[in-house]
Parts: sequence; structure tokens; C-alpha cells
Amino acid sequence: MDLGFDVVDLGSTDHVEAGDTVPEFTRPLVTDEYWEDVALSELLEEGPVVLVFHPMAGSFPATYVWKELPGREWGDCQVVGCSIATPYAHKRLIEERDLGGEYRLYSDPGNGVAEQFGIAHDLDGMEGVAEPRPAAFVVDTDRTIEYAWVAGEWPAFPDYDELEAAARDV
Amino acid sequence: MPSSNPSITLYRLQACPFCERVVRTLDDLGLDYRSRFVEPMHSDRNVVKRLTGKRTVPAIVDENTGVTMSESAAIVEYIQSTYGDGAQAGGDD
Repeated sequence: MDLGFDVVDLGSTDHVEAGDTVPEFTRPLVTDEYWEDVALSELLEEGPVVLVFHPMAGSFPATYVWKELPGREWGDCQVVGCSIATPYAHKRLIEERDLGGEYRLYSDPGNGVAEQFGIAHDLDGMEGVAEPRPAAFVVDTDRTIEYAWVAGEWPAFPDYDELEAAARDV
Repeated sequence: MPSSNPSITLYRLQACPFCERVVRTLDDLGLDYRSRFVEPMHSDRNVVKRLTGKRTVPAIVDENTGVTMSESAAIVEYIQSTYGDGAQAGGDD
């Protein structure tokens, strides 16, 4: 099929799937006012989590994702982003997209969380820089992954309706 | 990494020597604390202003004693007199 542009195939990856126990991690979690180390398990004590991995702040996919996620009904879930952007860059993103109060973002410049989830990929043309491939997970409070989507090509975006339905179902 | 839910929260700025002074004091006494990093721009520190009335860091909140304060020298003195040798009031963990 000729799409008129090239979609890059990211190849297969051995990533975490629905039904798996979510990997545990601690990273700086950025709000509109500050950041502090927060374990995923601490968030899960408060309720289920929708964890959305996206390209670094400043890229167009990051902007698109955060245009789309707010304004939907997430049920009891907390919607949390994760990228390799610094906490400073995440704070800019939160300001620009007016996400304050409701949405928070994990900052993982070392990309270790993506490695734990099996979704790390090296950026072509940016030597030494790796990111998570686009991915979204709905995680229940017992740490079970109830829904998983991982991009197989690039660029790619979550099926937001499907993600929202999975979040409201948890 | 905060182990559980430390009673002391330190509002700090990356690479701020006055903040590091407080960190050193907390570490010397083996006190568990939560770090919350704020921005270099004073105008972006409303969270600190709400707590202490000022936008300066370091600032600490100690839920153990109900104390909220800023100014590194004052904080160091408070920590030492509260948790150091010969302290009147000890922490509960």
C-alpha cells in the first residue's frame, strides 16, 4: 500500500502484555508545581493508572498526545505520561497544554523504564538517544496490566477510544 | 528514594548550595525526607509561597512537629535542635 510517506517499521519487541504484572519503578513525577520521586506502586495505592509513553516533550507526537488525552473520561484512573524529557521540559509541557492539577508526567532521561517494559528504541539520527516507543497501558491497583498497546511502527498513536474504554472498564 | 512516607519534605532547587546545606544536615542525622524540586524562576514557585509565605528555597515542612520554615541557617538550626544530639523532641521513627 502506498501511503505517500514512509512509516518506519519498529520491528518486533518482547514487551510486557495485558495480564502481566507491571514492572515497578521510581522516577521523578512532575506536576505543575514541582517534581519528586514517586514509585508506580505509590500511584497504584491511590487508584488504577493509565500510563502513556510518548516521544520527548517538544516533539509533535508529544503535543498531539497531550491534546488528545485531556477532555476524555478516565473513570477512576490517573492518567500519567512518561518520556525521556527532563523534569524542566515536562513542566513546560504541563504549562503549555494547561494540564496542571490533573495530569502528571514521569521523567526518565535514562530510558530505563522503557527498558523494563521492553519498549526501548534507539532514535535514528540522534546518536546515543533512546526513547520508549509509543505505548499505553492500563494498570489495575493489584499491579495487573489490564490493557496494553505498543507501537509496531513509527510514528504511531494510541487508539484513544479503546484506551479510554479500557480505563473505564478497570 | 523515599522509603515510605517521611515526615520531612524539603523543597529544593537543583544545585542550590543553601539547599545542599540542609540536605547535608538531614543526611548527617540519618533523617528520612522527601525532596520536591522547584524551578529557578521565583515566579514559578507558588507551592513554596503557599507554604511559607515566601518563594525562597530551601523550605521544609515537618509533619512530625507541624513546623514549616525557610532560610537554610534557620532550617539547619531547627533540624539540629529537634533531631540532633541532646534534642528535646525526638522523631517517632
